[in-house]
Amino acid sequence: MWYTGAMSEQEPILSVNQLSVAFEAHQVLKDVSFEVQPGDVLAIVGPNGAGKSVLFRSLLNLIPFAGVISWAPDARVSYIPQRFSIDQDFPLTVREFFHFKSKNKQDILAALHSVGITNEHHIQHHILNQRVGWLSGGQLQRILIAWSIIDKPDVILLDEPTAGIDVGGEETIYNLIKKLHDERKLTIIMISHDLDIVYRYATNVLCLNKEMVCYGVPVEALDAEALKKMYGEASVYSHPHKHHHSEP
Amino acid sequence: MIHPSLLQLVIGGFIGVGAGYVGAFMILRRMALVGDALSHVALPGLALALLLNFNPFYGAFATLFIAVIGVWALERKTSLSSETLVGIFFTTALALGILLTPEPELLEALFGDISKVTLSDAYITLPVVLGMIAIVAAISKTLVLGTISKELTQSMGLKVNRVNFLFLLLVALIVALGIKVTGTLLMGALVIIPATAARNISITFSRYAAAAAVFGGLTSIGGIWIAQQYALNPGPMVVLAGGIIFLISLFFKK
Repeated sequence: MWYTGAMSEQEPILSVNQLSVAFEAHQVLKDVSFEVQPGDVLAIVGPNGAGKSVLFRSLLNLIPFAGVISWAPDARVSYIPQRFSIDQDFPLTVREFFHFKSKNKQDILAALHSVGITNEHHIQHHILNQRVGWLSGGQLQRILIAWSIIDKPDVILLDEPTAGIDVGGEETIYNLIKKLHDERKLTIIMISHDLDIVYRYATNVLCLNKEMVCYGVPVEALDAEALKKMYGEASVYSHPHKHHHSEP
Repeated sequence: MIHPSLLQLVIGGFIGVGAGYVGAFMILRRMALVGDALSHVALPGLALALLLNFNPFYGAFATLFIAVIGVWALERKTSLSSETLVGIFFTTALALGILLTPEPELLEALFGDISKVTLSDAYITLPVVLGMIAIVAAISKTLVLGTISKELTQSMGLKVNRVNFLFLLLVALIVALGIKVTGTLLMGALVIIPATAARNISITFSRYAAAAAVFGGLTSIGGIWIAQQYALNPGPMVVLAGGIIFLISLFFKK
């Protein structure tokens, strides 16, 4: 557990007040309010259609909303979308993809090192000159994370970072996110469907089901009542919540 | 005074390069069929220009411009399949154009006739193609990233919708120019074929875009040159030259 209590005196890096979003007559988010402190790992959970991705789009100011979203004035925000579809024969190399953000070779190498890709030969021959479309799901996610940290953001928004990645790969990606959080003092806001991950990695959790169902430290906020409001009655008895006593 | 054959090759070559380069982005954005159908819309504009006696380029561009705005609005505002709508409206426009076009000019309007170009066409074509390539190069980052993930691109503060609209206008512009070379029926080929051949032989984006431009130029110049040698209709010959380049590219597929 990462203790953030001492930081509560700080100015929040993000504060959301009474956020509501409607598409035509259809209410998608209603009265959502929360704060994120620098260095927090906030997990956003909820069923399909709960408005998680819509919340992200509001935070990025891509859609109209009611209410107030205020970022700290100097906050640099990076975003990794869930849907990143690229055909296998899309003519774009990883190097060219990085060049959209930075042409500085040292910056690119540093970002790749941060996501655990360190072998010089491997980087030159099997990463940078590869087509982006040829990368496996796990590799692509690492490259996306490297891409997102290249301009040294303070906050990263991750939408389902492990969608389409096998179980072993999932673990690696979350450990990587945790490592970046620890090393770079990053604030992480991530959407996740996996409650197990939330208990292990998040300092705070926000439960959504069109409106805010719970908000707080995961072990306290994610109670039976909150789960029932999100996933229905049956979830309380059957959801796959495992305790990990092996955590250091 | 420039020799007419040379003038044809120069104008045709420039249009080919422009069509190949713009086509490279259209193929990535899966706009191949839109580009093909869009060219048909030029015919009514062309017909009006012939009837009212002004430069056909302006007539073609005017109707293409209207069509492009229509496509853009439909994509944004409706959930209807734009492919279907494009299919309906654009074939209707073609039919209308065929009825409007004076009989003697119909063949030229449908299949192009580069042999009619004059020096004044060069004064329009050359700067327009060069300017167009410069603009597309300048917005290429947003175009390419926006194809992969619109939200990611927007989150970086890039104006995806505005760039998409500008790009559609440029598509209308190159189609209006290309009608001189291949006519309204075959113009789609000049944007689709060079880019598809370039995709076969390229891993990097920079090589892909450059190869598409080169293939576009070769297609156009090669087709016009062969047509000149054997007194054939240049429009279909250009498309055939493109087909041959595409076949060759298959042997070098990456």
